[in-house]
Amino acid sequence: MAGRARLVAQGVAIGLVALLFVLLVWALATDEGGDLAGAAARGERPAAPDFTLERLDEEGELSLSSLQGKAVVVNVWASWCGPCKEEAPYLEQVWRRNRARGLVVVGLDAKDFRRDARNFMRRYELTFPVVYDGPGDTLPGWGVTGFPETFVLDRRGRVVESFAGAVSSDEDRARLRAAVDSALES
Amino acid sequence: MRALALVVACAAALTVPAWAAEPPNAPDLEAELVCPVCETTLDQSNAPVAQRMKLFIRERIAAGDSEQEIKDALVAQFGPGVLATPRKSGFGLLAWALPLAALAAGALIVGVLVRSWSRRRTPSSPETPLDPELERRVDEELARYEG
Repeated sequence: MAGRARLVAQGVAIGLVALLFVLLVWALATDEGGDLAGAAARGERPAAPDFTLERLDEEGELSLSSLQGKAVVVNVWASWCGPCKEEAPYLEQVWRRNRARGLVVVGLDAKDFRRDARNFMRRYELTFPVVYDGPGDTLPGWGVTGFPETFVLDRRGRVVESFAGAVSSDEDRARLRAAVDSALES
Repeated sequence: MRALALVVACAAALTVPAWAAEPPNAPDLEAELVCPVCETTLDQSNAPVAQRMKLFIRERIAAGDSEQEIKDALVAQFGPGVLATPRKSGFGLLAWALPLAALAAGALIVGVLVRSWSRRRTPSSPETPLDPELERRVDEELARYEG
């Protein structure tokens, strides 16, 4: 009887260790923490993770994958972020100048109030599509560590360039224009 | 006796609505909600989004919202991660139940092991007989002592 009890206890202990191991493997396998910026800087053109998020500029949802075939600028922002205010008018310009060539600018508003985000869009007269990710669940997959961050994707959904911080200096704006041209030509 | 019951009932009727109407306390709520950017509770954060959330809490308190309504509104914006402690319902209940279950399982394992070890220590065979030579010597010594 004692031997059987010991076997049961050993079985439970081994089961718990196995469960912890499975959880560890699962956590590692599903870790979407990406370093898109680093990979793009090395010229690797990593595939951008897809998302399907609620739209703020109109009703419904927008999937990144639905824009396949177009070059895309994904701009991660929030209404409480100061540098986001600096670059918003410039991104609107980029969108207006290049949309006929097949470029879509997508604003990804994260960790923000919907109402504040809509006020921001009105204030800066943003007309490009904006999606909402309140909890910020999309951000780790993109390797976003701060606000704002901007990614330029080619027509095949691969990241060709990224910007940590506002695209506000002349140098950054020239780099963005070059990346957009490169993405449109892909 | 009936008069006493009437007085108690009236007092309860007057007291309960007063208690129920008590507005939530902003500092308490700030300690129970997490800033989504810095991952600390709002009362310990000065991040812009935390300041905006504090303002929202005060606006909702002024508008007459209950603590639960304010929390629900923030969860609707920022997701359940905004709560410093998980909900005691649905999936959040797991966070409360799992530690208790693990504790119970640990106690069960310890109990089984202690029982197993204590049984192993009890003698399972009768005493081994003395060596005949030794027994003879003991008898001799005893006889000498008694004699």
